[in-house]
Amino acid sequence: MEIGVCVKRVPMVGGTIVLTPDGQEVDTRMSGFTISPHEECAVEEAVRITERLGGTVSVLTLGPAVAAEQLRDALALGAGRAVLLETDGAGWGPIATAAAIADEVRRRAEAGSGYDLLLLGNEAADTGDYQVGVRVAHLLGWPCVTGIKHIEFTEGGLRAGREYRGVSETFDLSLPAVVTVKEGINLPRYPSLPGRLRAKRAQIEVYPVSPAPEGLRTQGLRVPAATRQQARIIGTGVEAVPALVGLLDELGVLS
Amino acid sequence: MTVLCLVEHESGVPIEASLRALTAARVLAAGPAPAADPALAGDAAQGGDAAQGGDAALAGDAALAGDAAQGGDAGLAGGPGLAAVVFGAGSLDAEVLGSYGVGVVHAVGPDPDPGYAPLAWARCLHSLMESVGAVAVVAAGTGRGAEVMAHLGAITGLPVAANCVSAEWDGIGVCRLVRQRWGGLLLEDAILEAPVALLTVAAEAVPPAPTPEPVPVEVRVVRPELDEADLAVMAAESAERASGASLATARVVVGGGRGVGGPEGFAPLEELAGLLGGVVGVSRVVTSEGWRPHTMQVGQTGTRITPEVYLACGISGAIQHMAGCSGAKHIIAVNKDPGAPMVSAADYAVIGDLHEVIPALVAALRERGLT
Amino acid sequence: MNDTPVRASAVIIGAGIVGNSLVYHLARLGWRDLVLVDKGPMPNPGGSTGHASNFIFPIEYSKMMMELTSDSTEQYIELGVFTRSGGIEVARTPERMTELRRRCTQAKSWGIPAEVIPPERVAELVPYLDPSVILGGGYFPTVGVVDSLRAGTLMREQAEQMGALTVLAGTEVTGIETVPGGRRSAVRAVRTSAGEIETSHVVICCGVWSPRVARMAGARLALTPTVHQMISVGPIGLFAGTVGEISYPIVRDVDENMYERQHGGDMEVGSYAHRPIIVSPDEIPSIEEAALSPTELPFTADDFDPQLAKALELMPELLGDEKAGIRYAINGLISMTPDGHPLLGEMPEVAGLWSAAASWIKEGPGCGRAVAEMMSGSVPTVDVHEADAARFWPGQLTVAHVRDRAREAFNKMYGIVHPAEQWESGRPSRLSPFYSRERELGAVFFETAGWERPFWYGSNERLLERYAGRLMPREAEWESRWWSPIINAEHLAMRETCGLIDLSAFAVLDVTGPAALTAMQSIAVAQLDVPAGRVVYTPFLDAEGGFRADLTVMRLGEQWFRVVTGGATGMSDAKWIVDHLPPDAVLTDLSSAWSTLGLWGPRARAVLASVTSDDVSHEGFAFGTCRPIEVGGVMVLASRISYVGELGWELHVPMESGAVLWDLLWEAGQPHALVPVGIGVYGTTGRLEKGYRAFGAELTPEYSIVEAGMARPKVKAAPFLGKEAYLRQRESAPTAVLCTLTVDDPAASGGPLRYMLGGEPILGPDGQCLADAKGRPSYVTSAGSGPSVGKHLLMAYLPPEHARVGNRLAVECMGEPFGVSVAVAGSAPLFDPDNSRIRS
Repeated sequence: MEIGVCVKRVPMVGGTIVLTPDGQEVDTRMSGFTISPHEECAVEEAVRITERLGGTVSVLTLGPAVAAEQLRDALALGAGRAVLLETDGAGWGPIATAAAIADEVRRRAEAGSGYDLLLLGNEAADTGDYQVGVRVAHLLGWPCVTGIKHIEFTEGGLRAGREYRGVSETFDLSLPAVVTVKEGINLPRYPSLPGRLRAKRAQIEVYPVSPAPEGLRTQGLRVPAATRQQARIIGTGVEAVPALVGLLDELGVLS
Repeated sequence: MTVLCLVEHESGVPIEASLRALTAARVLAAGPAPAADPALAGDAAQGGDAAQGGDAALAGDAALAGDAAQGGDAGLAGGPGLAAVVFGAGSLDAEVLGSYGVGVVHAVGPDPDPGYAPLAWARCLHSLMESVGAVAVVAAGTGRGAEVMAHLGAITGLPVAANCVSAEWDGIGVCRLVRQRWGGLLLEDAILEAPVALLTVAAEAVPPAPTPEPVPVEVRVVRPELDEADLAVMAAESAERASGASLATARVVVGGGRGVGGPEGFAPLEELAGLLGGVVGVSRVVTSEGWRPHTMQVGQTGTRITPEVYLACGISGAIQHMAGCSGAKHIIAVNKDPGAPMVSAADYAVIGDLHEVIPALVAALRERGLT
Repeated sequence: MNDTPVRASAVIIGAGIVGNSLVYHLARLGWRDLVLVDKGPMPNPGGSTGHASNFIFPIEYSKMMMELTSDSTEQYIELGVFTRSGGIEVARTPERMTELRRRCTQAKSWGIPAEVIPPERVAELVPYLDPSVILGGGYFPTVGVVDSLRAGTLMREQAEQMGALTVLAGTEVTGIETVPGGRRSAVRAVRTSAGEIETSHVVICCGVWSPRVARMAGARLALTPTVHQMISVGPIGLFAGTVGEISYPIVRDVDENMYERQHGGDMEVGSYAHRPIIVSPDEIPSIEEAALSPTELPFTADDFDPQLAKALELMPELLGDEKAGIRYAINGLISMTPDGHPLLGEMPEVAGLWSAAASWIKEGPGCGRAVAEMMSGSVPTVDVHEADAARFWPGQLTVAHVRDRAREAFNKMYGIVHPAEQWESGRPSRLSPFYSRERELGAVFFETAGWERPFWYGSNERLLERYAGRLMPREAEWESRWWSPIINAEHLAMRETCGLIDLSAFAVLDVTGPAALTAMQSIAVAQLDVPAGRVVYTPFLDAEGGFRADLTVMRLGEQWFRVVTGGATGMSDAKWIVDHLPPDAVLTDLSSAWSTLGLWGPRARAVLASVTSDDVSHEGFAFGTCRPIEVGGVMVLASRISYVGELGWELHVPMESGAVLWDLLWEAGQPHALVPVGIGVYGTTGRLEKGYRAFGAELTPEYSIVEAGMARPKVKAAPFLGKEAYLRQRESAPTAVLCTLTVDDPAASGGPLRYMLGGEPILGPDGQCLADAKGRPSYVTSAGSGPSVGKHLLMAYLPPEHARVGNRLAVECMGEPFGVSVAVAGSAPLFDPDNSRIRS
């Protein structure tokens, strides 16, 4: 099984995000970088599949040279190959991103070891566009499903499961396919020391890519105004229980 | 000036997220502000934003837009403003849609509902979009809404703006919008320039607001022609529904975090949730520790909840979690530590050990006769 | 949530290990109405305590740090949060093995169990360590780990139970209000996010945030947050059944600047090997902005990767387990200061503003106790003068300097650091007017309080031949570091003809005003009610009769005293004087206005007489007097005293005329074979031959004037600080006697000649370390060559029964005993015992 996993380098943020003074970007001076939890699960899922069925996990990212850090993180977890679609660091839209990924997939196929499965996170942590995977699938003419929390392989294809509004649904896809996964599909492992050292030594394949303008253009970012007032402390310990009951009643949830 | 809005429903009843999407779509359906004063709508939105946050501004705009629609903008667009697209609409309550300003419902057959096939849904939207000359297609930012809109974007090659909290015209083919980033931690002001504006509406950010003057609804049945390939990826729904209320739709959610202490510590929380007719949700650390399955996780990468009351017990309030519960109408925190972020983010707080407070609360509720 | 009190006896900012310890000790000392404020939640508000690795090695490079650590360990044990695990420093290189031997010898001096052990024994204690990688280890069985968060909580709760404390968690300090005062402003109130609290005492226990909080009151703290990387690897199969936190000794892989420490089912690996990563206190993210906690910054894997290989090399199977993952990895922020010592005490800029900062877990409770004691007006249990928050001169407080030094010190955390090792960064910063002349003469500069001081002169190499056979050259590499035989040659030349010594690093402090005499009398042991024109040597004592300073005072007028003291202690001494000044006396720091040249030796008078018309004869300018003299066109304040035991003067000259004076003396000295002489002679060889004591070495709060052999026949009638204690000390026989010892045979080991450098234990006839009746071990307080007496000289406090001239003892050096003889018991000089040279 040849699996490609797409990850995206994003700042590691806390409870409040600090913006650059011009409001154009997240201030990353004191933040580290990571990938979204969905993508961590995608890497883990891919590694588990190849551990079971054999094959290679290739981890792909589109980003500046420093995004190699995230590729190495994935290599430390068991990915065998890493591809950097290197940008000049400017922001990329989902249309161009999908095109660059599709190019890589085709390039791999031409080289004779095409991917059977492309895994992505359901959405990127920062932009939350929810669409790169689907767009890649259309460019490649592959079947696609999103938001997946369970994958199993069937004769000639895979069965992907998810829950939607309390109902579990499954999809049968032929391979090759694109699947975007959500956190919860597995519990990702931590990198081992030997894994980390292997990752450090690994070669990363680099292909330069250049962006194209897209119709959705960011004007600026801002932190939403706080919507809640300072919390009202209704009591301490068990003594607060009568007041708490009263409050629940007042809020109309005791009927 | 037609705006199509994908409306999801359960047994004919539109889901709340779709009503929110309709509320937002109605603004676009009203068409651009009069050419003489194109800045007006923008000013109003910005003023509202500054004063009360995005939600209020949107509600205000919606009302304004409703008026404008009455005043003849619909004529300008050459057709009814807001149209819903509904799949498997056999038992649809169309009147509800009318109360949200929907003039036309495109009910996509065949009937009964063959099920959810994301690509097929997108193809239908696409052909409707072309046939009615829609200027915008809107869906709720739900799992299905986001997925179908992504397909539509891919089919048309158009950009899709995900998780919008407000959108309005800023000239022909130019949409000025505000959308969520970072799971709602940030807002992005953006311009969407496209022949047809494709967008999803943040599932929990826009309050659903019926129009003051409901419109009569015309239901048009649509029987699309689909390729076999469009139906290749099709949801097979399991017969059984997950038992009890779903986290996403529960009226009451009792949350448990690290403070619960371990997998066995959830019993009192589950008992309380049972009494309140709600469900238990958990923080990310609880699922990472393996105490509870991920399906119970409230958070940016778990389920986003919108209950009346969220009772957060022993949850520190990491941002991951806050992104998932910020849609709750009222948050009550129970925490030993008054300095916990959850306490400052809550509306009400009890400072105390959940292992003492929750059993006492359960006892008190039983005394009131709740079972 | 507690209500914010309107008023407090003291507001303690920061609820880490130090703040919690401080409120506990203050409460025990009787303080009430204390308020502890922290912007974070309890029990882990997000500072460095929260991510500390929490292990304690008893051995340190400084005695003060050792004592603070020891006091802290005792407190942790008392709180029931200490688990003994043992600890091993492993050596990968022969140099490190030598260092470990030195370190174990040092440990012996301080009564710390320590042992050099072979690789096999290391592997027995740490079965997962590959013994083939190492040459041996230093085993410290009393190493242990603590639960610092629990310790803090217990101490805080005890203070609350005593009814002494209000805790305000989640409360941010937004300002410190001061009122202008006579000499300096004073604390009035603390502004917080929960309201204002009136108080006259504020203590900054804010760890890495401390400089930011100090700035709120207009003060500066020489501290910078610095990154220390740590990862936690698990689950480790071997540790699966571990009850509690630790069951194997902690390993310090010192040659790689790393440590490996079991933490429950995980192995923590920490590193000081990566590039120094300095962070500004203003850049530390807030609690809300931080992904983990504010002091657990995102891990930068690239910096740690090289260390992984090293860790794997040492513990291949345990850490090479593919099933064990890096579960936690941080760039943890720690506090660093320019000299590695904490910042304790009242800050010089603002009265009532106290610092208890830059303390790590290992010394936290000790620092808390010391500051609480100082705030209560008592003498701290541990002598913390080397950690005095007031010790820096302004240049050392600059951000640039603090960062330079932190950067340089970071990778030396586990380094083999020579006691005389010089800093490379942030130099030069203070240059005397003689600097260019000294450079021309090939001076080798050492730094003190920012000043560049010649330690010896390359130009004096020519003297080596002249004094060949008397220079006691050092064969062992370690002792020859930061040393030159030229020092001994300069010494002999000075004793033969005369030498010129740059003493510009002196701190010069004028005390003036109507109450100047009362002020000086009240803190000095010696009689200062002397005629103007007299120079007096005096110690200052603390209330318990321990040494606080030693210095000389010139009375220049009825209401005018000039205090001359060492540059290193100058800022602390100035604060001590200011703290004890009555309202109508003023201290003025003239250190940067005056430079000083020492001119000493048999021909010093001849040289000086040739350039002045003033009377400098023995009769005309008596020993122990001072007065202005004319040297060419320069007015010089000459003071006839000596720290090297020779005839001569300290010549104090305005900074701008210094170079002129140097040139005049230099030229005049040529016919008399004047040599430039470095601090190597002034600070060590010259004074040791004369038995002169040094503050911080022989003179510490631990020993009395009587034990130091410096008691005078009479005690002045006027009251002075420490007088009662001093009078009591005089009534009983001393428990220890300061002696000068000579090394019998530096070749005794059979290897290269060995010369002690200080800190080595003194052994009795039974080969055991000597200790006095108070339990104080005897060790070498100062060591150096005595070229004129032809012996290597040591000073040490000995139990009285051993303090007999001619008594044979031994000193342990590098694990070997060397015979020594007591040459002087008490303060009589070994060289020129009747002081005829000085008084000629």
